[in-house]
Amino acid sequence: MNLITALARLLIFPGLLFAVPAAWFFLWVERKAVARMQGRIGPPFMQPFFDFIKLLGKSTPPRVGIGGLLMRAWPFIAVSAAAGAVGLLPVLPASGGFEGDLILLLALLELPSICIIAAGFSSGSIFGEIGSAREAVLSVSYNIVFLLAIVSIAASQHTFSLSALAHQSASPLRWLGVVAILVCLPAKLHLNPFSLPNAEQEIYSGPMTEYAGPELAMWELSHGLEWVAATGLVATLAAPMVATWWAAALIFVALCFAIVLLLSAVAAATARLQIDTTVRFYWQCTLIFAVLAVASALFMRFRA
Amino acid sequence: MNLWNKLMCYSRRHSPWLFHMNGGSCNGCDIELIASLTPRYDAEQLGVRLEGSPRHADILCITGPITTNAVGAIKTVYDQVCGPKAVIAIGSCPATTNVFIDSRTLAGPLDKHIPVDVFVPGCPPRPDAIILGVAKAAEILAERAGKKQPSALSSPVVMPLVGPGCGGACACGSATEAKTEEVAQ
Repeated sequence: MNLITALARLLIFPGLLFAVPAAWFFLWVERKAVARMQGRIGPPFMQPFFDFIKLLGKSTPPRVGIGGLLMRAWPFIAVSAAAGAVGLLPVLPASGGFEGDLILLLALLELPSICIIAAGFSSGSIFGEIGSAREAVLSVSYNIVFLLAIVSIAASQHTFSLSALAHQSASPLRWLGVVAILVCLPAKLHLNPFSLPNAEQEIYSGPMTEYAGPELAMWELSHGLEWVAATGLVATLAAPMVATWWAAALIFVALCFAIVLLLSAVAAATARLQIDTTVRFYWQCTLIFAVLAVASALFMRFRA
Repeated sequence: MNLWNKLMCYSRRHSPWLFHMNGGSCNGCDIELIASLTPRYDAEQLGVRLEGSPRHADILCITGPITTNAVGAIKTVYDQVCGPKAVIAIGSCPATTNVFIDSRTLAGPLDKHIPVDVFVPGCPPRPDAIILGVAKAAEILAERAGKKQPSALSSPVVMPLVGPGCGGACACGSATEAKTEEVAQ
């Protein structure tokens, strides 16, 4: 029974069968929201799906040797890591089995970003290398805040287990952590104030410059899955506790949708920052609050 | 298999990604191409995306009368676009070299160097005409998806001139047709 539930979670909800259409849907919502905010009508509903199918049907340039093999492998590793992260989310009320671990989820969420860095460097394109260097710098900046936020949430609730976190009532400190995660999400998803690695007017497409056809389709899919996983993480931490499974699923989807709208609105309303401004933003402005959150969480824990 | 082919045709028609290249243009057509993506014309409704890398693109948009310096770059970029691909010549310059004809710094017109699928005449063409040309090129791409062997180029399509008065993409009157034929030659 446990095996069946675990498989159902990984393959159906919130796993692959839900996550892939959700990824396309979120990509569409982002493009549509940005278009509406710019006074345009925007792409049709099925657009990310059409893009995906079209890219599958395109040819790829010949890739030779170990470098070529690696270039082909990165997008698939990124997709599987992001899909695994979505499958781990404790959306439905727990019924035994593997309960999900916050540290494993963080590792899986970080893997696509590492794949992007490696892909840019193995592509050999100068624009890819610049994009990868930017991605690395960005990752070092926001991850400190992201990890501290997660640590403060875990410390305030005395657990690293995802399903335990999702089913405890939220303390004020957890809300602080959720806000800190929200501040990191635009950088994690390469959205506009921090869209440095794929800055299209400066360095073409950054690490993706040399990718074409099915490999590019996999990158698009992994980006969409990252959207689902990242917004899903915030949604599970912020969602109220519900016993019935359909209400839990509904609240999860609605919260994800609201977060996507919020992030798209921020992306449409802002311009790209410089790399040093971004680093300063995370290391100087946000880090203080994250450290305060962790300190107060630990303090509360020792007092209790 | 047949269903997959149909889906592929449909997807190609609904998701043309462009790469824009300037072959010595005066910047007039470049501005009009960008204008077709702005809120007033909003080509993204057709799934159009302007891509930064030729590797991502389906349709290569070339402006300008093709200077001798640009020829090598244009051939390189044409080879970098992954198949199936289409080429749009935007403006009268790549079609005929326009007012720069007989200049010794030119190697145009464009179809001497790479196969062109759609000509969008005009100096500069209106954004409506460019969007119409992109839609036509996407149709050509979809047709190529249906065939097993991407056939040698059929004769290129010349889009009608779109006047400022007609507000939409339409061929208005015989004067336009005469002009179109003139550009085609």
